[in-house]
Amino acid sequence: MRKIVLVGNPNVGKSVIFSTLTGSRVMISNYAGTTVEYTRGELTIGEETFEVLDAPGTYSLDPSSKVEEVAASLVDKADIVVNVVDATNLERNLLLTSEVLEKDVPVIVALNMVDEAGHKGVKIDVAILSGLLGAPVVPTVAVSGEGLRKLVDSLPMAVNQNRKALSTADRWVYVGDIVKQVQEITHRHHSWLESLQDASLKPITGIPIAAAIMYVAFQIVIGLGELIAVFIEEYIFEGLYEPLLVNLSRVLGGEGFIHNILIGTLIEGEIEFEESLGVLTTGVFVEFGVVLPFLTVFYLVLGFLEDSGYLPRLAVMVDRALHRVGLHGYSIIPMVLGFGCNVPAALAARNLESRREKFIVCTLMAIAVPCMAQLAMIVGLVGRYGGAYLAVVFATLFFIWIILGLIIDRFMPGYTPSMVIEIPPYRIPSIKAQMKKLGMRVKGLVVHATPYILGGILLVNILYTSGIVEYIGVVFTPVITGVLGLPGEAVSTLLVGFLRKDVAVAMLVPLGLDARQFVIGAVVLAAYFPCVATFSVLVRELGAKDMLKSAVIMIITAFSAGFMLNILLDRIVPAPYLAAGLVLTAIILAILLGSTSDRREMKDLDSAA
Amino acid sequence: MVVNLVEMKSGQSGVIAALQGGPGFSEKLGHIGIRRGKMVKKISSVFRRGPVTISIDNFQVAIGYGKAVRIMVEVNNDEKNSPGR
Repeated sequence: MRKIVLVGNPNVGKSVIFSTLTGSRVMISNYAGTTVEYTRGELTIGEETFEVLDAPGTYSLDPSSKVEEVAASLVDKADIVVNVVDATNLERNLLLTSEVLEKDVPVIVALNMVDEAGHKGVKIDVAILSGLLGAPVVPTVAVSGEGLRKLVDSLPMAVNQNRKALSTADRWVYVGDIVKQVQEITHRHHSWLESLQDASLKPITGIPIAAAIMYVAFQIVIGLGELIAVFIEEYIFEGLYEPLLVNLSRVLGGEGFIHNILIGTLIEGEIEFEESLGVLTTGVFVEFGVVLPFLTVFYLVLGFLEDSGYLPRLAVMVDRALHRVGLHGYSIIPMVLGFGCNVPAALAARNLESRREKFIVCTLMAIAVPCMAQLAMIVGLVGRYGGAYLAVVFATLFFIWIILGLIIDRFMPGYTPSMVIEIPPYRIPSIKAQMKKLGMRVKGLVVHATPYILGGILLVNILYTSGIVEYIGVVFTPVITGVLGLPGEAVSTLLVGFLRKDVAVAMLVPLGLDARQFVIGAVVLAAYFPCVATFSVLVRELGAKDMLKSAVIMIITAFSAGFMLNILLDRIVPAPYLAAGLVLTAIILAILLGSTSDRREMKDLDSAA
Repeated sequence: MVVNLVEMKSGQSGVIAALQGGPGFSEKLGHIGIRRGKMVKKISSVFRRGPVTISIDNFQVAIGYGKAVRIMVEVNNDEKNSPGR
C-alpha cells in the first residue's frame, strides 16, 4: 500500500485533516505536541487504497527531539507528502516546506487556516505561491472541511523535485523571498480574544486568571462529578440494579466461590456496593458509579482547556514555580493530563527535551498525581470522615511532589533547559469536536479499564478465599502495622493496587479503618507504585534502568510519607493543621532552596557563548 | 540600543541583533522562527526571572529566563517611552 504522510509544524491542524480524510478518531487539541506518535489510517481514492500517516508536528526535518525524529523518518518512507502549512505563519512554516522539497518524494501543500489568516489581515496569493514552490498548493480550512475534497483530488498532482539541499541561511533567504512576493498584510484592530490572550500572559492579570480557572475547573469536577455520582448511585444502582443482584445472590445461595466472585461478601445479609468486592457489585459500581461520572466531567473540562489554547498560557504562569522542582512550565501539561489518567500523561512527557526532565515528570506524576479513578474513590471514601482528612491526603501528595522534586533537582546531574514554547491563539472550542473527543476518552476508559477492574476483583477474591491474605498479612505485619499503623491484611490492597488503584482504595473499606488509617492507606496507595497500565508505558518511555530508579524512589517515598502521617496525624497534629502545615512547609522550602537547575543552565550557556 | 529580552519593556518592539548561546541554541530557536533580523514585540514577562513572551510575525512564543537573557534585541528608541510595563 502506498503511503501518504502528513507533515507540518506543531499545531497547524494535521490531525484534523487526518481525521477527516481517514474517518479515524485521533486526539486533537489547541497546543503543540498533542500527537507524539504517528497515527495510521486509510484513504481510498478511486481504485487505490492509501495508507495515511499523521506525523507529530515538527519545525524541521533535522531532528532535535524524539518526536521530531519520528516525523523525519516518516517523510523518508512516504510515497506522497502532504505538507500542512499554517497560513497565518507562512514564513516559519515554509522553512519546513523547503526542507521537504529537498527530499526524493512528491509533495503537495495544504495551506491551512486560510480563514484565520483572513481575519488576521493576511492575504496569500495561492497561484503565485504554487508557482514559486513548484508544487500544488490547496487552501483549506480543516476544522470545517473546506478544501479537503480538492486536496484529495489534487494528490496525484504532487510533484517530486528532489532539490539540492540548501544551507539554513540560504533557506531563510529563499523563504523570505517567496513570502515577500505572495503575502500581503493589512493592519487591523485587536479582537476581544486577542486582548484576553495578552491578559492571560501578564502576571498581574494572568495569575488571577490561572487561579480562577483552576479553582472553577476543580469545583466543576468535584461538584458536578459528585452530583452525577450520587444520582447514579441512588437511582440506577440502588433503585434498579440492586434488586436484580439480590435475586441473583439468592439464586446462587448467598455464598460459595461463584457467589463470592460475582456478588462478593454480603455485609449483614445485604449487598454493599462499596464493600462487597464482587465483580458485579463493587466492580461495576466502581467503574460506572464512581469513576465514570468524575472522569467524564474531568475530560469535559480538560477538553475545553485543551481546545481553547489555555494550557500553554498556564505553562507560562507556573514556569517559575516548576523550575524549583527541576522542571519548566510545559511539564504542567503532563501533570494536568495525569489527573485524568497517568497513561496519556506519561506519553505526553515525550515532548520534553531531556532524559532528566522526563525522569522527573514521570516520577513526580506517578507518585503524587493520582488519576481521576483513584481520586474519585478517595474523595468519596475519605470524604466521609470529613473535609479535613481529605485535605490531609491532598496536602501530603503536594508535599511529596515539592520535596521530592527539590531533592531530585539537587542530586540528579545536569539541568533542565528553560522552555521555548509556542503560545497558540485562543480559539472557541467547537461543541462537536468536544463531544467527539469526550466520547473517545470515555470509551477508552471503559474498554481499557474493564479487564483490569475485573482482574483486580478476581484477585481480591482469590487472595481472600484461599487464605493467602492472612498468610502474607502475618508476614508483612511488622512493616504494615509497625510503620504505617495499618492491619496486616492491608498488604492485599497493595497487590491489587498494581492492577487497579480505584479497586484497591475500595478494599480499604472492609478493613474497618479509622480516619487516620484510611488517610494513610489512601496516600500510600497513591504513591507506592504506578498501576500496571502506567508502569508498562513508563518502562517504555524511561527505559528499564531509569524506571527501576524511579520505582525505588516511589516505594521509599510512599512508606516514608505513610510513616510520617502515622506519627503526626491526630496523635500530634490535628488533621486541619497538618494539612495546612504540610502545604506551607513545602512552599517555604521551595522558596528558600531555589532551583539548582537554573544555576547549572546559566553556567552551561555562558560557557557555550 | 541593544538589550536582552528580559531587559526589554513589555509593549516595546525591536529587531533581533544576536543569539548568544552557541550553535545548537541559535539553530533550535531558528527553526521556530526566532533569528537575527526578525522584528519582535515583547508582550509580557512573568516576574523578574520568569518566562518572556514575545510575538514575531503572527505567532507568539514564551521563552524561559535562561534563554531570554541570551536573545539580544536592538530596540526602537522612539518607542522607549511609549506606555507599557
